[in-house]
Amino acid sequence: MTRFTVSVKIVPRHGLLDPQGKAVTDALHALGFASVRDVHVGRLLVIELEAADTEAAQAKVREMCERLLANPVTEDFVIAEIATA
Amino acid sequence: MKVGVVTFPGSNCDEDALLAIREHLHLEAVPLWHKDHDLQGVDVVILPGGFSYGDYLRAGAIARFAPIMQEIAAHARRGGPVIGICNGFQIACEAGLLPGGLLRNDHLQFRSMAVTLRVESTATVFTRETSKGALLTMPIAHGDGRYSADEATLDRLEGEGQVVFRYVDAAGHPTVAANPNGSLRNIAGVANATGAVVGIMPHPERALDPLLGSTDGLVLFRSLLALTKA
Repeated sequence: MTRFTVSVKIVPRHGLLDPQGKAVTDALHALGFASVRDVHVGRLLVIELEAADTEAAQAKVREMCERLLANPVTEDFVIAEIATA
Repeated sequence: MKVGVVTFPGSNCDEDALLAIREHLHLEAVPLWHKDHDLQGVDVVILPGGFSYGDYLRAGAIARFAPIMQEIAAHARRGGPVIGICNGFQIACEAGLLPGGLLRNDHLQFRSMAVTLRVESTATVFTRETSKGALLTMPIAHGDGRYSADEATLDRLEGEGQVVFRYVDAAGHPTVAANPNGSLRNIAGVANATGAVVGIMPHPERALDPLLGSTDGLVLFRSLLALTKA
Protein backbone atom coordinates (compact mmCIF):
# COMPACT_ATOMS: atom_id res chain seq x y z
CA MET A 1 0.00 0.00 0.00
CA THR A 2 1.11 3.51 -0.81
CA ARG A 3 0.11 6.70 0.92
CA PHE A 4 -1.58 9.22 -1.38
CA THR A 5 -2.66 12.80 -0.96
CA VAL A 6 -5.76 13.54 -3.00
CA SER A 7 -7.18 17.03 -3.48
CA VAL A 8 -10.87 17.31 -4.32
CA LYS A 9 -12.58 20.48 -5.45
CA ILE A 10 -16.30 20.75 -4.72
CA VAL A 11 -18.17 23.55 -6.45
CA PRO A 12 -21.82 24.59 -6.80
CA ARG A 13 -23.50 22.80 -9.70
CA HIS A 14 -22.97 24.81 -12.88
CA GLY A 15 -26.04 26.91 -13.63
CA LEU A 16 -27.29 27.06 -10.05
CA LEU A 17 -27.29 30.45 -8.37
CA ASP A 18 -24.02 30.86 -6.46
CA PRO A 19 -24.60 33.83 -4.12
CA GLN A 20 -21.14 33.59 -2.55
CA GLY A 21 -19.53 33.66 -5.98
CA LYS A 22 -21.71 36.63 -6.94
CA ALA A 23 -20.76 38.52 -3.75
CA VAL A 24 -17.06 37.94 -4.40
CA THR A 25 -17.48 38.99 -8.05
CA ASP A 26 -19.13 42.22 -6.93
CA ALA A 27 -16.40 42.86 -4.35
CA LEU A 28 -13.67 42.33 -6.96
CA HIS A 29 -15.45 44.72 -9.32
CA ALA A 30 -15.63 47.27 -6.50
CA LEU A 31 -11.85 46.94 -6.10
CA GLY A 32 -11.41 47.74 -9.77
CA PHE A 33 -10.88 44.23 -11.15
CA ALA A 34 -13.30 44.98 -13.95
CA SER A 35 -12.08 42.07 -16.08
CA VAL A 36 -13.56 39.49 -13.66
CA ARG A 37 -16.46 37.76 -15.41
CA ASP A 38 -17.47 35.20 -12.80
CA VAL A 39 -16.34 33.63 -9.53
CA HIS A 40 -17.43 30.36 -8.00
CA VAL A 41 -16.86 29.61 -4.33
CA GLY A 42 -16.49 25.98 -3.33
CA ARG A 43 -14.48 23.80 -0.98
CA LEU A 44 -11.11 22.13 -1.25
CA LEU A 45 -10.60 18.90 0.64
CA VAL A 46 -7.16 17.36 0.96
CA ILE A 47 -7.47 13.68 1.80
CA GLU A 48 -4.59 11.45 2.82
CA LEU A 49 -5.25 7.77 2.34
CA GLU A 50 -3.61 4.41 1.74
CA ALA A 51 -4.25 2.69 -1.59
CA ALA A 52 -2.67 0.09 -3.83
CA ASP A 53 -2.17 2.52 -6.70
CA THR A 54 -3.31 5.85 -8.15
CA GLU A 55 -6.38 4.33 -9.79
CA ALA A 56 -7.51 2.75 -6.51
CA ALA A 57 -6.98 6.01 -4.63
CA GLN A 58 -8.97 7.90 -7.23
CA ALA A 59 -11.82 5.36 -7.17
CA LYS A 60 -12.01 5.49 -3.37
CA VAL A 61 -12.14 9.30 -3.28
CA ARG A 62 -14.74 9.33 -6.03
CA GLU A 63 -16.92 7.07 -3.87
CA MET A 64 -16.39 9.37 -0.86
CA CYS A 65 -17.56 12.32 -2.93
CA GLU A 66 -20.64 10.50 -4.16
CA ARG A 67 -21.63 9.28 -0.70
CA LEU A 68 -20.74 12.23 1.54
CA LEU A 69 -18.42 14.98 0.40
CA ALA A 70 -20.54 16.44 -2.42
CA ASN A 71 -24.30 16.82 -2.51
CA PRO A 72 -25.43 15.05 -5.71
CA VAL A 73 -28.37 17.46 -6.03
CA THR A 74 -26.50 20.74 -5.83
CA GLU A 75 -22.75 20.24 -6.20
CA ASP A 76 -20.14 18.94 -8.62
CA PHE A 77 -16.72 17.60 -7.69
CA VAL A 78 -13.46 17.19 -9.48
CA ILE A 79 -10.38 15.32 -8.29
CA ALA A 80 -7.80 18.04 -8.80
CA GLU A 81 -4.57 16.36 -7.80
CA ILE A 82 -3.23 13.00 -6.70
CA ALA A 83 0.26 12.66 -5.28
CA THR A 84 2.14 10.09 -3.28
CA ALA A 85 2.58 11.49 0.20
CA MET B 1 -49.73 7.56 20.04
CA LYS B 2 -46.12 8.38 20.80
CA VAL B 3 -43.91 11.02 19.16
CA GLY B 4 -40.11 10.95 19.15
CA VAL B 5 -37.89 14.01 18.83
CA VAL B 6 -34.27 13.44 17.81
CA THR B 7 -31.45 15.27 19.54
CA PHE B 8 -28.26 15.56 17.51
CA PRO B 9 -25.21 17.42 18.80
CA GLY B 10 -26.18 21.00 17.94
CA SER B 11 -29.96 20.52 17.84
CA ASN B 12 -31.57 23.50 19.53
CA CYS B 13 -35.30 23.18 18.84
CA ASP B 14 -35.70 19.68 20.29
CA GLU B 15 -37.10 20.90 23.62
CA ASP B 16 -39.57 23.17 21.81
CA ALA B 17 -40.78 20.22 19.75
CA LEU B 18 -41.18 18.01 22.84
CA LEU B 19 -43.10 20.82 24.53
CA ALA B 20 -45.31 21.25 21.48
CA ILE B 21 -46.40 17.61 21.59
CA ARG B 22 -46.79 17.39 25.37
CA GLU B 23 -48.37 20.76 26.15
CA HIS B 24 -50.37 21.40 23.03
CA LEU B 25 -51.40 17.91 21.89
CA HIS B 26 -51.27 16.19 25.29
CA LEU B 27 -49.56 13.22 23.70
CA GLU B 28 -46.54 11.27 24.90
CA ALA B 29 -43.27 12.64 23.52
CA VAL B 30 -39.86 11.08 24.04
CA PRO B 31 -36.39 12.34 23.20
CA LEU B 32 -34.41 10.12 20.83
CA TRP B 33 -30.62 10.23 21.12
CA HIS B 34 -28.64 10.42 17.87
CA LYS B 35 -26.32 7.58 18.90
CA ASP B 36 -29.12 5.14 19.71
CA HIS B 37 -30.61 2.60 17.37
CA ASP B 38 -33.88 2.44 19.31
CA LEU B 39 -36.94 4.38 18.16
CA GLN B 40 -38.64 3.42 21.44
CA GLY B 41 -41.80 2.41 19.62
CA VAL B 42 -42.67 5.93 18.45
CA ASP B 43 -45.29 6.39 15.74
CA VAL B 44 -44.05 9.77 14.53
CA VAL B 45 -40.54 11.24 14.33
CA ILE B 46 -39.65 14.92 14.49
CA LEU B 47 -36.25 15.99 13.16
CA PRO B 48 -35.90 19.34 14.93
CA GLY B 49 -34.13 22.56 14.03
CA GLY B 50 -30.64 23.58 15.04
CA PHE B 51 -27.14 23.19 13.72
CA SER B 52 -26.47 19.47 13.91
CA TYR B 53 -22.75 18.73 13.89
CA GLY B 54 -22.10 22.46 13.48
CA ASP B 55 -23.42 22.33 9.90
CA TYR B 56 -19.94 21.06 9.00
CA LEU B 57 -19.45 20.11 5.34
CA ARG B 58 -23.11 21.02 4.52
CA ALA B 59 -26.15 21.51 6.72
CA GLY B 60 -27.49 18.03 7.54
CA ALA B 61 -24.72 16.14 5.74
CA ILE B 62 -23.19 14.54 8.83
CA ALA B 63 -26.42 14.06 10.80
CA ARG B 64 -27.65 11.82 8.04
CA PHE B 65 -25.11 9.18 9.12
CA ALA B 66 -26.08 9.22 12.81
CA PRO B 67 -27.05 5.74 14.07
CA ILE B 68 -30.66 6.80 14.79
CA MET B 69 -31.05 7.94 11.16
CA GLN B 70 -30.83 4.34 9.96
CA GLU B 71 -33.87 3.50 12.07
CA ILE B 72 -35.68 6.65 10.93
CA ALA B 73 -35.01 5.83 7.28
CA ALA B 74 -36.46 2.34 7.88
CA HIS B 75 -39.45 3.90 9.69
CA ALA B 76 -40.00 6.20 6.69
CA ARG B 77 -39.69 3.28 4.25
CA ARG B 78 -42.47 1.53 6.19
CA GLY B 79 -44.63 4.62 5.60
CA GLY B 80 -44.04 6.08 9.06
CA PRO B 81 -44.59 9.82 9.52
CA VAL B 82 -41.54 12.06 9.80
CA ILE B 83 -41.42 15.85 9.88
CA GLY B 84 -38.14 17.69 9.37
CA ILE B 85 -38.19 21.27 10.60
CA CYS B 86 -35.49 23.72 9.44
CA ASN B 87 -32.24 21.79 10.05
CA GLY B 88 -34.44 18.68 10.18
CA PHE B 89 -35.59 19.48 6.63
CA GLN B 90 -31.96 19.78 5.54
CA ILE B 91 -31.19 16.43 7.19
CA ALA B 92 -34.20 14.75 5.54
CA CYS B 93 -33.04 15.98 2.12
CA GLU B 94 -29.46 14.85 2.72
CA ALA B 95 -30.77 11.45 3.82
CA GLY B 96 -32.79 11.11 0.63
CA LEU B 97 -36.09 11.01 2.53
CA LEU B 98 -37.17 14.10 0.61
CA PRO B 99 -36.27 15.37 -2.88
CA GLY B 100 -34.06 18.40 -3.48
CA GLY B 101 -31.72 20.27 -1.19
CA LEU B 102 -31.37 23.48 0.83
CA LEU B 103 -28.66 25.94 -0.22
CA ARG B 104 -27.23 29.15 1.22
CA ASN B 105 -29.83 31.97 1.21
CA ASP B 106 -29.46 33.97 -2.01
CA HIS B 107 -28.65 37.19 -0.08
CA LEU B 108 -26.13 35.31 2.12
CA GLN B 109 -27.79 36.61 5.31
CA PHE B 110 -29.23 34.67 8.20
CA ARG B 111 -32.93 35.56 8.41
CA SER B 112 -34.93 35.48 11.62
CA MET B 113 -38.42 36.84 10.96
CA ALA B 114 -42.07 35.95 10.57
CA VAL B 115 -43.20 34.74 7.14
CA THR B 116 -46.54 33.95 5.57
CA LEU B 117 -47.01 30.47 4.12
CA ARG B 118 -49.69 29.22 1.78
CA VAL B 119 -50.78 25.61 2.19
CA GLU B 120 -50.43 23.94 -1.22
CA SER B 121 -51.38 20.39 -0.27
CA THR B 122 -53.55 18.85 2.43
CA ALA B 123 -52.62 15.35 1.29
CA THR B 124 -49.89 14.93 3.92
CA VAL B 125 -49.99 13.56 7.44
CA PHE B 126 -49.05 17.02 8.76
CA THR B 127 -51.46 19.19 6.76
CA ARG B 128 -54.68 17.22 6.61
CA GLU B 129 -56.34 19.51 9.17
CA THR B 130 -55.50 22.58 7.09
CA SER B 131 -57.22 23.72 3.93
CA LYS B 132 -55.65 24.30 0.54
CA GLY B 133 -54.80 27.97 0.12
CA ALA B 134 -54.86 28.67 3.87
CA LEU B 135 -52.36 31.31 4.96
CA LEU B 136 -50.23 30.54 8.02
CA THR B 137 -47.82 32.84 9.84
CA MET B 138 -44.75 31.36 11.47
CA PRO B 139 -41.13 32.30 12.03
CA ILE B 140 -38.06 31.36 10.04
CA ALA B 141 -34.52 31.36 11.42
CA HIS B 142 -31.99 30.06 8.92
CA GLY B 143 -29.05 30.85 6.70
CA ASP B 144 -29.36 27.84 4.38
CA GLY B 145 -32.99 27.70 3.34
CA ARG B 146 -32.98 28.15 -0.41
CA TYR B 147 -34.87 25.14 -1.70
CA SER B 148 -33.35 23.81 -4.87
CA ALA B 149 -33.91 20.93 -7.27
CA ASP B 150 -33.62 20.54 -11.02
CA GLU B 151 -36.49 21.74 -13.19
CA ALA B 152 -37.72 18.22 -13.96
CA THR B 153 -37.91 17.39 -10.25
CA LEU B 154 -39.71 20.66 -9.49
CA ASP B 155 -42.26 19.98 -12.23
CA ARG B 156 -42.79 16.47 -10.92
CA LEU B 157 -43.26 17.73 -7.32
CA GLU B 158 -45.79 20.32 -8.51
CA GLY B 159 -47.62 17.72 -10.57
CA GLU B 160 -47.76 15.15 -7.79
CA GLY B 161 -48.87 17.63 -5.14
CA GLN B 162 -45.62 17.28 -3.20
CA VAL B 163 -45.10 21.02 -2.83
CA VAL B 164 -46.71 21.54 0.58
CA PHE B 165 -45.96 25.16 1.52
CA ARG B 166 -44.99 28.28 -0.42
CA TYR B 167 -43.75 31.66 0.81
CA VAL B 168 -46.38 34.26 -0.07
CA ASP B 169 -47.23 37.88 0.65
CA ALA B 170 -50.11 38.96 2.88
CA ALA B 171 -52.51 38.62 -0.06
CA GLY B 172 -51.38 35.03 -0.67
CA HIS B 173 -49.26 35.65 -3.77
CA PRO B 174 -45.87 33.92 -4.13
CA THR B 175 -43.95 37.08 -5.01
CA VAL B 176 -40.19 37.59 -5.16
CA ALA B 177 -40.45 40.00 -2.21
CA ALA B 178 -42.23 37.38 -0.09
CA ASN B 179 -39.46 34.85 -0.70
CA PRO B 180 -37.03 35.18 2.23
CA ASN B 181 -34.18 33.07 0.85
CA GLY B 182 -34.46 32.69 -2.92
CA SER B 183 -36.13 29.27 -2.80
CA LEU B 184 -37.05 28.06 -6.27
CA ARG B 185 -40.76 28.60 -6.95
CA ASN B 186 -41.05 30.06 -3.41
CA ILE B 187 -41.06 26.54 -1.98
CA ALA B 188 -41.01 26.45 1.84
CA GLY B 189 -41.96 22.82 2.37
CA VAL B 190 -42.21 19.55 0.43
CA ALA B 191 -43.45 16.01 1.04
CA ASN B 192 -42.40 12.59 -0.14
CA ALA B 193 -44.60 10.64 -2.55
CA THR B 194 -46.85 9.21 0.19
CA GLY B 195 -47.25 12.44 2.17
CA ALA B 196 -45.92 10.77 5.32
CA VAL B 197 -42.59 12.62 5.26
CA VAL B 198 -42.72 16.42 5.25
CA GLY B 199 -39.95 19.01 5.38
CA ILE B 200 -40.55 22.64 6.27
CA MET B 201 -38.04 25.48 6.73
CA PRO B 202 -40.24 27.69 8.98
CA HIS B 203 -40.82 26.68 12.60
CA PRO B 204 -44.37 25.53 13.44
CA GLU B 205 -43.21 24.59 16.96
CA ARG B 206 -42.41 28.27 17.57
CA ALA B 207 -45.91 29.34 16.54
CA LEU B 208 -48.07 27.71 19.20
CA ASP B 209 -48.49 30.39 21.82
CA PRO B 210 -50.15 33.82 21.42
CA LEU B 211 -47.24 35.19 23.43
CA LEU B 212 -44.96 34.39 20.49
CA GLY B 213 -47.16 36.18 17.97
CA SER B 214 -48.84 33.28 16.19
CA THR B 215 -50.60 30.01 16.93
CA ASP B 216 -50.69 28.94 13.28
CA GLY B 217 -48.19 26.12 13.83
CA LEU B 218 -50.71 24.20 15.89
CA VAL B 219 -52.67 22.94 12.90
CA LEU B 220 -49.67 20.93 11.69
CA PHE B 221 -49.37 19.09 14.98
CA ARG B 222 -53.13 18.76 15.32
CA SER B 223 -53.16 16.99 11.96
CA LEU B 224 -51.34 14.16 13.74
CA LEU B 225 -54.35 13.51 15.95
CA ALA B 226 -56.07 11.82 13.01
CA LEU B 227 -53.50 9.02 13.47
CA THR B 228 -54.79 8.33 16.98
CA LYS B 229 -58.30 7.84 15.63
CA ALA B 230 -57.18 5.47 12.88
